[in-house]
Amino acid sequence: MPIWLYLLASVIKSAVVLGVLLTAVAYTVWLERKVVGRMQNRWGPTRVGPFGLLQPAADGIKFLFKEDLTPPHVYKPLYIAAPMIAVIFALTSIAVIPFGNAITIGGYSIPLQVTDVNTGLLLILGITSIGVYGVALAGWSSNNKYSLLGGLRASAQMVSYEISLGLSLVGVLIMSGSFSLRDIVMAQQGHFWGFIPRWNIFHGQFIGFFCYLMAAYAETNRIPFDLPEAETELVAGYHTEYSAMKFAMFFMAEYANMITVACLATLLFFGGWNGPIFGPPILQALLPVFWFAAKIFAFLFLYIWVRGTLPRFRYDQLMAFGWKFLLPLSLMNLIATAIAVAW
Amino acid sequence: MLNLHLILFLAFGAVAVAGAVNLLAQTHPINSALSLIAVMAALAGEYLLLGAEFVAAVQVIVYAGAIMVLFVFTIMLLNAGVEERTQGSRVSVLLGIPGMLLGSILVAWVVLRHSGTEAVAVGSLPGDPKTIGQMLFHEFLLPFEITSVLILIAIMGAVVLASKPPSTPAAGLTREAE
Repeated sequence: MPIWLYLLASVIKSAVVLGVLLTAVAYTVWLERKVVGRMQNRWGPTRVGPFGLLQPAADGIKFLFKEDLTPPHVYKPLYIAAPMIAVIFALTSIAVIPFGNAITIGGYSIPLQVTDVNTGLLLILGITSIGVYGVALAGWSSNNKYSLLGGLRASAQMVSYEISLGLSLVGVLIMSGSFSLRDIVMAQQGHFWGFIPRWNIFHGQFIGFFCYLMAAYAETNRIPFDLPEAETELVAGYHTEYSAMKFAMFFMAEYANMITVACLATLLFFGGWNGPIFGPPILQALLPVFWFAAKIFAFLFLYIWVRGTLPRFRYDQLMAFGWKFLLPLSLMNLIATAIAVAW
Repeated sequence: MLNLHLILFLAFGAVAVAGAVNLLAQTHPINSALSLIAVMAALAGEYLLLGAEFVAAVQVIVYAGAIMVLFVFTIMLLNAGVEERTQGSRVSVLLGIPGMLLGSILVAWVVLRHSGTEAVAVGSLPGDPKTIGQMLFHEFLLPFEITSVLILIAIMGAVVLASKPPSTPAAGLTREAE
């Protein structure tokens, strides 16, 4: 493939992926408001467009035109940098997520992925581990007690749950023998006894998936682990002092992280884009992407469902759960998987 | 292609050195900590260019993502303020900086010329996860295990030092007497 064609393909893929991700972020917010509304026996957004579908656009315009307040007592360089750090690292990790097989255009095979890195999973872990700084620095630089407490809670919580998150993924790595997300999906092709898909969750990694899900909820600061922004105790936690688009950037980062976590869960435990393929060639090309998107939607719905169902943990419960239950459980899962594979 | 690698390598090296100098020059602890993160990230870039992608990823995950988060956490928790800036002695400026430069040049010269090692070509280190695993768990198994025991002892020492001193019966008696 000539270099200019490669560059063109990369630019187009980046633009499309980023556009789809940002749209997905906006409509995840809409979905959350709609679904939680229905769970609480109310309507959710209905006024802007049919079914309130234009609500995200209205919200975006509102965020852009609100007054961008900078409180006088903040430490300005970090106060401005913190939302940028949060949103940049939240959007970057989508670059290594594969969302389908390679497609062939004009004799060239183009993988449906912005960049295929052979240590893709490690890269995502690295990027998410740096994303903590956005929240922590926002809390510190705001120079506000509630913000500081939120930032402290966030950094302690994320460091604690990152260990369980990493350990829960090692089981999958042992089974597939590769860090490349594409290879991990390829290892999950086929069926058991002709009808149960050979996904890792049906292949002995159920406990691994449970640990991953719990740790991922904590990493993304979602209910029931949303202690860093617990509004009943901390006003709004780390983003108390932020307004307008800076606040919206934290919001975007949170939802983009949710989508990344859902992508990773789909790729590692639910077979990625593997699913029934049938019909004419054009449908066969599109179905893998459809299955991938459908699985991600299911995860996002689960997120919202949990939010509508569970109350928030106390902070000591959160720490005790992470260190005394989740960490030993993921370690045992790792040892059991290693023994089973070595057998 | 090699030239691009070389330019990137030098650029990451410059970022690492600039971050290290900034780490010393800043008076606020949190700025120093953030400079150290920049140094770690630049070093990860260097490892990546040398072909050690696993080490690069671990460098980011462990150093930039976990250890430095704890540094920042501690600074936030203690709410450490701006340090006092002292002028220092003139001797340290006049002799210290040339001495340090001379020392590092000497070390580089000794390492390059007299230790029998050769310069590593860009992208040629055996850095894939499989090779690292082989090295850690076959060739260097004993040093690896000894290091892990050492770290375990350090953790236990930290726990002992941080725990509250046991209440002696004498202390209880004095409290009753009061």
